[in-house]
Amino acid sequence: MAAFLAHELLTILPALWLAVAGMALLTAGVFISGNASHIVFWGAVASLVIAGILAIVSPVGEQPFNGLVSIDPFGRFMTVLVVAGAVLSLIMARGFMRRESMERFELPVLVVLATLGMYLMVQANDLMTLYVGLEMQSLALYVCAAFQQDKLRSTEAGLKYFVLGAVASGMLLYGCSLVYGFSGSTSFDGIVATLAAGDDSTGILVGAVFIAAGLAFKISAVPFHMWTPDVYEGAPTPVTAFFSAAPKVAAMALLVRVLIDPFAALVDHWQQIIFLLAVGSMALGALGAIGQRNIKRLMAYSSIGHAGFALVGLAAGSEAGVHGVAVYLAIYLVMGLGTWGCILAMRRDGTMVEEIDDLAGLSRSQPALALALAVFMFSMAGIPPLAGFFGKFYVFLAAIDAGLYTLTVIGVLMSVVGAFYYIRIVKLMYFDDPADAFDRPAGRDLVPVIAVTAVVTVGFFLFPDPLLDSARYAAATLVAGVSP
Amino acid sequence: MSQWPLLSLAIFLPLIGAAFVLLTRGDNEEAVARNTRYVALWTSFVVLVVVLLIWAAFDTTTAEFQFVERAPWIPAFGIEFHLGIDGISLFLIVLTAFLVPVCILCSWDSIRTRVREYMIAFLVMESFIIGVFCALDFVLFYLFFEAMLIPMFLIIGIWGGPRRIYSAFKFFLYTLVGSVLLLVAVLTMYFETGTTSIPDLMTWGFEEELQRWLWLAMFASFAVKVPMWPFHTWLPDAHVEAPTAGSVILAGILLKMGAYGFLRFSLPMLPEASVYFAPLVYSLSIVAIIYTSLVALMQEDMKKLIAYSSVAHMGFVTIGLFSMNQQGIEGGLFQMLSHGVVSAALFLVVGVVYDRMHSRLIATYGGLVHRMPRYALVFMVFMLASVGLPGTSGFVGEFLVLVGAFQANTWVAFLATTGIVLGAAYMLWLYRRVVFGELVKAELKSISDCNRREMLFFVPLVAAVLIMGIWPESLLDAMHVSVVNLVEQTAGANEAASFAMRADR
Repeated sequence: MAAFLAHELLTILPALWLAVAGMALLTAGVFISGNASHIVFWGAVASLVIAGILAIVSPVGEQPFNGLVSIDPFGRFMTVLVVAGAVLSLIMARGFMRRESMERFELPVLVVLATLGMYLMVQANDLMTLYVGLEMQSLALYVCAAFQQDKLRSTEAGLKYFVLGAVASGMLLYGCSLVYGFSGSTSFDGIVATLAAGDDSTGILVGAVFIAAGLAFKISAVPFHMWTPDVYEGAPTPVTAFFSAAPKVAAMALLVRVLIDPFAALVDHWQQIIFLLAVGSMALGALGAIGQRNIKRLMAYSSIGHAGFALVGLAAGSEAGVHGVAVYLAIYLVMGLGTWGCILAMRRDGTMVEEIDDLAGLSRSQPALALALAVFMFSMAGIPPLAGFFGKFYVFLAAIDAGLYTLTVIGVLMSVVGAFYYIRIVKLMYFDDPADAFDRPAGRDLVPVIAVTAVVTVGFFLFPDPLLDSARYAAATLVAGVSP
Repeated sequence: MSQWPLLSLAIFLPLIGAAFVLLTRGDNEEAVARNTRYVALWTSFVVLVVVLLIWAAFDTTTAEFQFVERAPWIPAFGIEFHLGIDGISLFLIVLTAFLVPVCILCSWDSIRTRVREYMIAFLVMESFIIGVFCALDFVLFYLFFEAMLIPMFLIIGIWGGPRRIYSAFKFFLYTLVGSVLLLVAVLTMYFETGTTSIPDLMTWGFEEELQRWLWLAMFASFAVKVPMWPFHTWLPDAHVEAPTAGSVILAGILLKMGAYGFLRFSLPMLPEASVYFAPLVYSLSIVAIIYTSLVALMQEDMKKLIAYSSVAHMGFVTIGLFSMNQQGIEGGLFQMLSHGVVSAALFLVVGVVYDRMHSRLIATYGGLVHRMPRYALVFMVFMLASVGLPGTSGFVGEFLVLVGAFQANTWVAFLATTGIVLGAAYMLWLYRRVVFGELVKAELKSISDCNRREMLFFVPLVAAVLIMGIWPESLLDAMHVSVVNLVEQTAGANEAASFAMRADR
C-alpha cells in the first residue's frame, strides 16, 4: 500500500513540489525579518523552473488516484508552456515592482500557487480536478489583478475579474452538476462510457455547453470577453502579461481536453458552438482593437482575437486540430510575452505610459526596441517568415482538413483586418516623427526576455521541428486516448 | 559548376550583405551612409555576377528544373526547402539582379535619411524576390511571396512622398487580402494531395469543380499583384508615393510576381479551370488596357501616368498567358521582361527630374531638350519602347502576344490592339509636353543634364531595351522548351474545351 501510494505520489511530483514550494516561500516571506521579497522572488523563479524540469522528466502515461488526473504528453506539453509563461512574466515583473514600490513577497507566491492550479487544470481527468484546479488559479489571479491596491484601476480590475469570474465558475459548476446527474460519474472515462452506451445524451450536452461557456470566459472568447479589456488595462502591467500568457494557455488546454476527451462523442454538437465562438472572437478581436488608443486595451482585444484563431483549430475537432492549437498556443505565448516586455519598457520620466501614440518615432530614439516590437507586431499579424504565421498556418490547415472552408476563409480575412492595427503600431514607430524618448536603460530584467522572445519569433522557421514534433506527439496521445 | 548551390547563394548573399550593412561603422553619420551605400552596391553586384553565372550555365535544351536543391525543412508535413529554375523563372531572376543595383545607384543622392535601414530593406527584398522565383515548394513560395510585404511597406512608408502612409497601408492590406486567400488554396491543395512540391502538383490533375475554387482563390492573390482591373487601385497610390527606387522595384519586379503566379500555378496546375476562366481574364485585361490607357491620357502627374500605363501593359501580359499557345505565353513572358526594364527605366527618368525640381507634375516641365539633350535621348528610347516601336523590346512582346491572341480569339486581339494606339497617344503626348517646346519656365533655365552616375544606370537599360528588341532570340531561346512543355500540359484541357464548344454548336 505504501509503495503503491509512493508510486502514485511520484507521478504528480511537480504538483507536490509546487505546493510545498509555495507554502515554504510564504513562510519564508512572513518570517524573514526585513525585506524578504528578493529571496522569495528568486525562490519562486527557481521553484517554477524546477517544477518545469520535474514535469519534463517524470514519466507519462499514468492516471493516478483512480484517474483523477491524467499525466500524459499533452498535459506535459501544456505544463511546460504554463511554467515558461509564469517564469518569464515573473522575471519581467521584477523591475516594475521595484520602481512602482510594490515590491512585496506575495506576488511571486501567488504566481506559484496559480501555476499549481494550472498544472492541475491541464492534467485534469475528472470534473472535480477540473474545478479545483480552475478555482485555485482563479483565486490567485483575482488577488494578482488587484495587487496595486492603492490604485483605483487595479482594484476595480480585481473586483470586476472576481465578480465575472465567479459567474463563470458558477456556470461551469452548474454544467458539471448536470453532467454528473445525467451520466452518474464525474470522471472523464465514466462520461465517455455513458455516452458510448448510447444513453440519451441531451442532459449531458446541456451540461457540456455550460462547461464550455465557463471555460470560454477564461480564454476570453466572444461573447464571454467583456472583462478582458478592463482587467488588462487595470491590472499592473506584468500581471497582465502573466494573464495573457499562462492562464490563457491553461484554460485553452483544459477546453481542448474536455471537448476532445469526455465529450468526443458530441463533436457534431460542440463543433457548432466552437465555430461561433471562433468567428465571434476573431471578428471582435480584429474590429474592436482598431479604435483603441491604450496599448494594454489593444493587447486585450488582440488576445481575444488570438483566442479565436486557436479555437479554429479546436473547431476542427481532429488530431491535426489539437496539434494546431498546441503550436498556436506555444507561439502566441512567446510573441505575447515579448510584446508585453516592450510595453513594460514604455516608461518616461519614471512613470509608465500606455498610449500607443507614445510609441511615435521609436525607431529613431530606440531602434533596437522598435525593431523587436515591429517583429512581434508583424508576427502577430501572421506575416511569414515570422513565427506567428506558422501558428495560423497549422490551425487553418486543420480546419481545411476538417472541411471547414467557411471558417477558414472568415479566419484569414479577419487576420487581414487584424493586421491593420498591428501595422499601425509599426507605422507609429517607423513613419511618424519622434515623441520623447523612453527612459533608458529599459531594465536588466526586460532586455533578456525581449531579446530571447524576438530571436525565437524570427528564427522559428529555421528550426520548427522540435516544437512541431512535441506538439504532434501531445496531440496524438490525447486523441488516441479517446477513440477506442 | 552545377554542384555549387548557386540559387541559395543568390538568395542568401543579399541577406549577408544586409548583415554587413548593419555592422558598418564610420567616423560620422555621413561616412556611415557612404560606406553603407558602397556595401549595398557591391553586394548587389556580386549577386548579379552569381545570377549571370547561373544564366551562363543554364541548359536551354531541357524543360526540367535546373540547379535543383532539396533539403528537408518540416519533414512531418513533407514541406521541403526546394529550389530550382526553368526557362520561365530564369529571366525574372536575371531581371531582379539587374534592377537592384540600378535601384541602389539611383537612390545614391536622393535618399539622405536613414540610409542604413533603406539599404537593408532593399537587400532583404532582393533576397525574398529571388526566393519567390526559385521556390519549388508551395509553402516556401508563399513564405517569400508574403514576407516581401514587410520591406516594401517600410520603403513606401518611411521614404515615400506626402501621402505615403495611406499608400503604404493600402498596398499592404490589399496585397495581404489576396495572399491569405492564396494560402487557403495552398492548404486545400496540400490536404488533397499530401504534398506541397510544385513539380508534383503540376502533374497532379485536380477535379474540375475543385479546380475552379482553387483558381479563384489564386486569382484573388495574383490579380491584385499583377494588378488586373478592377483590383489595381492600390497601384497608382503605391507607385506615386514610393521613392523612385521603390517604384522601380514595384513596377519592374513586384507586378511580375502576379503574372509569374499565373504561369507557374494557375496554368499548369489548374488547366481546365484556366480554360474555363480565360474569357474572364480576357475581359478584365481588355478593360484594363483600354480603360487605364484612357485614364493615363488625362493624368497630370508623370508617375501616375506611368503607373496607369503599367496596368495597361500588364493587361497584354495576362492576355498572352491565357491564350495558352506558345506565341502568346512567350510573348507574355517577354512582355513581362520588357515592361520590367522599360517601366523601371521610365520611373528612373521621372526620378531624375524629380530630384532636381521636386515636382512630378507634367505642367512643371517643358522644353527640357534645350538644357538636357542626353536626358531627352534616353527618355525617347524608353518612351518608344513603351509604345512598342519595332526594334525595341516592347514591340517583340506585344507582337507575340497579339499573334497568340489572334489564334485564341480574334476579338480579343482586335480590342487589345486599340490599346497600342492609345498607348502611343499618351506616351507621345507626355514626351511632347515634358521635353519639347520652348523652355520658358524660369526655374528650369538652370536645370542640369544627366550626370555620370545617372548615365551609369541608364546606359545598360538602353542597351537591354535595344538588344531585346533587335535580338529577342537571346532570351526566347531559353524559354522555348519550358513554354512548349507548359503548353503541352495545358493542351489537353484546351482541346477538351474546344471540343465541347464544337459539340454545342
